[in-house]
Amino acid sequence: VMFYRLLSIVGRQRASPGWQNWSSARNSASAAEAHSMALPTQAQVVICGGGIMGTSVAYHLSKMGWKDIVLLEQGRLAAGSTRLCAGILSTARHLTIEQKMADYSNKLYHQLEQETGIQTGYTRTGSIFLAQTQDRLISLKRINARLNVIGIPSEIISPKKVAELHHLLNVHDLVGAMHVPEDAVVSSADVALALASAASQNGVQIYDRTSVLHVMVKKGQVTGVETDKGQIECQYFVNCAGQWAYELGLSNEEPVSIPLHACEHFYLLTRPLETPLQSSTPTIVDADGRIYIRNWQGGILSGGFEKNPKPIFTEGKNQLEIQNLQEDWDHFEPLLSSLLRRMPELETLEIMKLVNCPETFTPDMRCIMGESPAVQGYFVLAGMNSAGLSFGGGAGKYLAEWMVHGYPSENVWELDLKRFGALQSSRTFLRHRVMEVMPLMYDLKVPRWDFQTGRQLRTSPLYDRLDAQGARWMEKHGFERPKYFVPPDKDLLALEQSKTFYKPDWFDIVESEVKCCKEAVCVIDMSSFTKFEITSTGDQALEVLQYLFSNDLDVPVGHIVHTGMLNEGGGYENDCSIARLNKRSFFMISPTDQQVHCWAWLKKHMPEDSNLLLEDVTWKYTALNLIGPRAVDVLSELSYAPMTPDHFPSLFCKEMSVGYANGIRVMSMTHTGEPGFMLYIPIEYALHVYNEVMSVGQKYGIRNAGYYALRSLRIEKFFAFWGQDINNLTTPLECGRESRVKLEKGMDFIGRDALLLQKQNGVYKRLTMFILDDHDTDLDLWPWWGEPIYRNGQYVGKTTSSAYSYSLERHVCLGFVHNFSEDTREEQVVTADFINRGEYEIDIAGYRFQAKAKLYPVASLFTQKRRKDDMELSDLHGK
Amino acid sequence: YSRPRAAPSGILHPSKVVRGRRACSRTGGIPVRSSSLPLFSDAMPAPTQLFFPLIRNCELSRIYGTACYCHHKHLCCSSPYIPQSRLRYTPHPAYATFCRPKENWWQYTQGRRYASTPQKFYLTPPQVNSILKANEYSFKVPEFDGKNVSSILGFDSNQLPANAPIEDRRSAATCLQTRGMLLGVFDGHAGCACSQAVSERLFYYIAVSLLPHETLLEIENAVESGRALLPILQWHKHPNDYFSKEASKLYFNSLRTYWQELIDLNTGESTDIDVKEALINAFKRLDNDISLEAQVGDPNSFLNYLVLRVAFSGATACVAHVDGVDLHVANTGDSRAMLGVQEEDGSWSAVTLSNDHNAQNERELERLKLEHPKSEAKSVVKQDRLLGLLMPFRAFGDVKFKWSIDLQKRVIESGPDQLNDNEYTKFIPPNYHTPPYLTAEPEVTYHRLRPQDKFLVLATDGLWETMHRQDVVRIVGEYLTGMHHQQPIAVGGYKVTLGQMHGLLTERRTKMSSVFEDQNAATHLIRHAVGNNEFGTVDHERLSKMLSLPEELARMYRDDITIIVVQFNSHVVGAYQNQE
Repeated sequence: VMFYRLLSIVGRQRASPGWQNWSSARNSASAAEAHSMALPTQAQVVICGGGIMGTSVAYHLSKMGWKDIVLLEQGRLAAGSTRLCAGILSTARHLTIEQKMADYSNKLYHQLEQETGIQTGYTRTGSIFLAQTQDRLISLKRINARLNVIGIPSEIISPKKVAELHHLLNVHDLVGAMHVPEDAVVSSADVALALASAASQNGVQIYDRTSVLHVMVKKGQVTGVETDKGQIECQYFVNCAGQWAYELGLSNEEPVSIPLHACEHFYLLTRPLETPLQSSTPTIVDADGRIYIRNWQGGILSGGFEKNPKPIFTEGKNQLEIQNLQEDWDHFEPLLSSLLRRMPELETLEIMKLVNCPETFTPDMRCIMGESPAVQGYFVLAGMNSAGLSFGGGAGKYLAEWMVHGYPSENVWELDLKRFGALQSSRTFLRHRVMEVMPLMYDLKVPRWDFQTGRQLRTSPLYDRLDAQGARWMEKHGFERPKYFVPPDKDLLALEQSKTFYKPDWFDIVESEVKCCKEAVCVIDMSSFTKFEITSTGDQALEVLQYLFSNDLDVPVGHIVHTGMLNEGGGYENDCSIARLNKRSFFMISPTDQQVHCWAWLKKHMPEDSNLLLEDVTWKYTALNLIGPRAVDVLSELSYAPMTPDHFPSLFCKEMSVGYANGIRVMSMTHTGEPGFMLYIPIEYALHVYNEVMSVGQKYGIRNAGYYALRSLRIEKFFAFWGQDINNLTTPLECGRESRVKLEKGMDFIGRDALLLQKQNGVYKRLTMFILDDHDTDLDLWPWWGEPIYRNGQYVGKTTSSAYSYSLERHVCLGFVHNFSEDTREEQVVTADFINRGEYEIDIAGYRFQAKAKLYPVASLFTQKRRKDDMELSDLHGK
Repeated sequence: YSRPRAAPSGILHPSKVVRGRRACSRTGGIPVRSSSLPLFSDAMPAPTQLFFPLIRNCELSRIYGTACYCHHKHLCCSSPYIPQSRLRYTPHPAYATFCRPKENWWQYTQGRRYASTPQKFYLTPPQVNSILKANEYSFKVPEFDGKNVSSILGFDSNQLPANAPIEDRRSAATCLQTRGMLLGVFDGHAGCACSQAVSERLFYYIAVSLLPHETLLEIENAVESGRALLPILQWHKHPNDYFSKEASKLYFNSLRTYWQELIDLNTGESTDIDVKEALINAFKRLDNDISLEAQVGDPNSFLNYLVLRVAFSGATACVAHVDGVDLHVANTGDSRAMLGVQEEDGSWSAVTLSNDHNAQNERELERLKLEHPKSEAKSVVKQDRLLGLLMPFRAFGDVKFKWSIDLQKRVIESGPDQLNDNEYTKFIPPNYHTPPYLTAEPEVTYHRLRPQDKFLVLATDGLWETMHRQDVVRIVGEYLTGMHHQQPIAVGGYKVTLGQMHGLLTERRTKMSSVFEDQNAATHLIRHAVGNNEFGTVDHERLSKMLSLPEELARMYRDDITIIVVQFNSHVVGAYQNQE
C-alpha cells in the first residue's frame, strides 16, 4: 500500500509545476524517454543516484552556484531505500557532527514545502527515547547534554511524563527517557522529489532510467562517466548510489573502495487504530527493546534493529530498484514481542504489511563522505546506517561545500572516506562486520568499545608472543594494538559484563603498567603507526617538506622534529614526527589512521618528479616503545653504546645495533613525554630484539604495557592526539604549539599566511587541559569525550579526550575553550588570561564536576623523586 | 555370580536373551548368558568388567550413558582378541536365524520392564544429547571474499557406536593436487582393524590414482631427494578419528610402491585420468596391499600382528568423489549413498546412487554363481550369506574368504600366538573350494549434479536397516532447509491482528527450537533413526532407553551407525549448468 501511495505521489508531482519545470525543459510529457534521448555529452558534475543523498547534493551544489550538473538515476527518482524509509528524522545522535547534520536537515525539510511547493508530509512530532536501564539513561543524558549546547532543545523526563506524552505506552519498566520535541516525521521520497525539483529549477539536469556503468579516469583524475545511454565528460563524479556504491566504486579501472554493505531491515505497518493516532503523536525509540515506533496514517509503523541481522547482496547482485523483498515474520518475531510489551493495547490492531527494505551499513557505523584518495574529483556520499533521512540535508550540504570550496565548513574527519583503506574492502570483512554493526545501532554505546568481527587482519610479528602474555587487543585501521596485559592470576569480566560508564575492571592492571613506566621500564608494541620515507637525489625532499610542514626541517642529520602538516587555513591535516635520516632522506611517523589520508595529501601536493620518492614503509618496521627511566640501561646493555642524554640527546635518531640485529632506528622519544626510546625494527628482527629487550630488561623490572597506559601517560603531559583532540580545523596556535611552527624559516609553507593572521588577531579557541577536582574515581561516572565545558556557568566548549592520571590521582580531560560573547553568542578571542581567570566545570551526563584549567603541563607535579631511605625491598622485585 | 561372556549364541538370538533375563531377574541380578566358547574366557574388555557389579542393581544404564563414552576407541586395535559380537558373522550355520533388531524391540522392552525394579530410569535430554553429539563433526568449505566457489557447501558427520569399540569408520578429505573432495563411510566386521586401515589409507590410494604423471614424478623425486613432499590430502577429521602412528611408515611404503608402478606404467602420452577407473584401481590396489602385507609380515611384532588383524577382519566402503558437478560413488558392500532431491513443489525424493552388495541384490547373486562352479551354486550363498557366513558380498580384508586354505594355514601357523590361539581365524569357511569368494572391487556410479540435488547421505547399513531411504531424505531435507521451508507466513489479504500474529510466531518458534536442538544434520538423523516411534517422530523415552542399553545388549537392537551428510551449493551447481 505504501508502494502505491508513493507511486501516486510521484504521479502527482509529475503534474505539479515544480516537477514539470524540469521535464518540460526537455519538451516532453513522458520525461524518462525524452531524457534518455538527450543525454548531454559534457557536464561539470555527474551525480549518480536519485535518492535523498544524490538529490541533496544536487540541491546544495546548485544553490552554491554550480549549474552544470547532471543527476543520473538507474530506476526512478527516490525509489531505493529512500522510498521505503520509515521517515523518522531524529537529531539525537552520538557524534556532534551527526547532530549538526540532522539539525540542519530538520531545518531544511521544515521549509522545503514552502520553498518548492511540494508536500513533504513534514510533521514536528518530537521523539522520546526510552531507558529501561540506568546505563541507558546515562547514555541518553550524555546525548542530552550535547544536544542542549548546540541549541537543540531536549530534556530528560520521568516515566510518568512519558505516559502523558504517549498514552499507549507501558512505562512500568522504564527508569526515564529523553524527549526531543523538535524531531519530526517526513516522507523521505517526497523530500527527495522536492530537492530534485528545486535543483532542476536551478539548472540541474535529471535523467532517470540511466545506469552508470563505470567512471572514466585518466591520470588519477575523473574524466567522464560511461552510462548505458552513452558517455558524459565531466570533472567531478559523485557516487550517491546507496547500497550499490560499493559495486560502483569497484567497477572503475582504478577501483575506489567504498566499504559498505546492506542488511535486510524490517518494519511493520498497521491499519489505523479505532481512534486513529494523531499525526502529532511522538516517535518512540525503545533501544533496549530494539524497536522504534511512529504514527503512520492513524496506525503505527514499527521496526527495529535485531540481534541477528540478515546481510544481503554480498555477491553484488545488482537490480534496478529494491523490489519488495520477502517478508520474514519469523525473523521479526522478537521485535513484534517487544512492540507488544511496549504497547499491549495494540494486540487487536490489524496488520497491513511487513516491509523489507535493505539498509546500508558501514564498518564503523558512521556514514561515508568525501573525495577518493585514489581518484581526484571522485566524491562519495553513502553508507548512512539507516539514518539517510536524518543526515541527507546536512551531509549533502557538507559535501557540496567540500566540492566547491575544497573543504567543508565543519570538521568531518570522522565521516571521511579516507579513514578507510583498501583493507576494509573485502566482501567477507564487510559481511561479517555489518552483522555486528547493525545490532549495535541500538546497543548501549559505552566508552572503549572495540569491534569483535573483522579482527586480526594486520598484526605485528610479536602478536602471538604478546597474546600469550595476556595482551587484550583493540583495533585501529585494521591493526591490532595491545590495550593492557592481564596478569596470569587475574580474571577480567566477560566482554558483555565489562560494559560500563564507571570505573572499568582493568583499572588496577593499567595502574601497575603506568607505575612501571614511571619507575622502571615498559615496552609497548606501537607497530601500527604510519611510517613513510621521503628521499630524493638532491634537495627536492627537503624543499617539498619545508613547504608542506610548518616546522623547520632543515636540521642536522639525526634530529627529530615534531611538526604539523597544515592546510591553507593553518589547520592540522596531520600531526607527525619527522626524523632526518641523512641529507636527502626523511622518516615520517604519523598516527595509524593517517595511512590513507596523509598519503593522498602528500601525493596531491608533491611535484611530479622522478627524483623524489615517497614510500609507505609501515609494514617494514615493527615499532617498540621503551618507556621509563631504566630504558636507557636496557638499551646501552644491548648495544654496548652509551645512551645517556649526553651521548644521545632527546629527539635524536640513530641507526644502531641492538642485540645481534643491525640497522635498528633508535629514537629518543616515547610519544608520552616520559624518558625512553622508540625502536623501529625491520620486521625480521622484531622477535629477536623483543626477546633481547625482555631478557636484558628483566633485572630492570621490565614488563609489557599497552595503549591504555600510554594514554594515561600522555594526557598528564598534555600530549594532544590528532584525530581525537586536534583536526584540520585546529591550528598549532590554538593548541599551544607555537614552538612547533617556524613562521620565519626562510620560505613559505602551506598555512603560513593563516597562522600569521591568527598570530596577529589572536585565537578563537584554545585547547586546554582540565584536571577534575571533586570527582570520585570509584563512584562517579567517568569522563569520555564530548562532555560540555562550563566556564563561570557559561558553556564554552567540549572535551575531546580524557584519561585517568595515576600520578595526579585525578582524571584529566583535554578540550577546547571558546569565548562566546554574552549577548551575540559570537566567538571572541581567547587569551591565556581568559582561560586562567575562569572557574570551570565539566558536565558528565548531567553532573557537573569542578575542574582546574591548565594551558601547559606542570612539570613539577609529575616528578616524584624518590629518596634513598624511601627504598624498600619490594623495589628489588621484578615488576 | 560368574563373569558374563560375549557369547555368539546369545548375541545372535535376542529372544533367548529375553528369556534368560527373565530367569535371572527373579534373583534380582541381571541376565548372565551361560553359553560360551572357551577361547573367549578372557575376552571381556576391562571397562565392561568394572561395570558389571553395578548392573546388578539395575544401575548400568545410568553409568553407561555418561561413562561408557569415555571408553577409548584406541583400545580396539590393541585389544588382545577379535571381537565376535558381529551380526554379520554366524560362526556356525545353526545360529544363522538372525532377526532384525527393530522387530524385537517390543519383545525386549517387555522383558526389560519385567526385569527391572519398579523405579524407572531414563537419561535426561542433556545426557541424551551428550551421547548423540560426542562424535559429531561439521566442516564448512571456506568462503573466499564472501563467495564459496565450491559445489560443496560443507558436510556434517556423526557416528553412534553399538559395538564396543565401534567398528565403523568415516573419512573426509579435500584433494589438494587435483580438484574435488572425498568422503567415505566404512563398516568394519570381525573387529575394527580393517575399517580403521581402510579409513586411513583408501583416500591416499584414490588421490594417487587421480594424480597426473608429472605430479607423481615430482612427488617421487621429492621422496628420493629427501625434499618436502607435496601435500595430497587435506583431512577433515573429528578428534576421535585417529590415524595409526605405528603403521604409517609401512603404509607409506606400500603407497609409494603403488605410485612408482603408476609412473612406470605411464606410456608417456598424457591421457585424461578417468575417475571411475581411478576409484576401481585404488580399491583393488589397497585390498591387494592389505593382503600382501599380511602374507609378508613385519619384523616388528606389533606391526606384524596389526597387519594380520587388518587382513583377517573386514570392511565395506562407500566413497563419494565430488568435483564440481561430477559426482562419483564407489561402493563395496552394503553401505549406501543416497541423493536428496528437492522437487519443484518443495517435496523431497531419494535417488539411490549405490547398489547394496548382499543377498538382496539379484545381480550380485548372479555374479557369485557365475564366478564359481555349478557344484557350488547352493553353497556359495546360504541363508542370504556368503558361504552361509558373511552378509556383504564385497569387502576389504576378510582374507578368510580370499586366500587358499593352504595360504591361510601357513600364515596362521607362522603368525603370532594370539592369532594361532584364535579359533575364529583358524576356522575355515565350509564349502570352501574355489577361492577367492570375495572381492573389494567397487561398483562405481556417476551422477551429474543438478541444482535440485541438495545433499548426499552416505551411511553404513546401521542407518538403512532402521529407516527407509525416503524418510532419511525427507528428514535431512527438512532439517537443512529448516525455517525456510516451513511455509513462510504472509498476511496477504487476510485480517490478522498483531496479537494473533504474535501467538502464531511464538508457536512456530517453539516448534523450530526443537528441530534446531541439533546443529548437525547427521546427529539429527541419528536421533530419528534411534528414537523414532511408529508415528515417525522422536520419542524421548525410546531414545533414552536405546542409548542406555549396556554395551553387549546395544548390539542386538541396533548396529553401529555412521552418517555423512554432504550439502551441495545449488548456486555453483546452477552456474555450471548455465555455462553450457
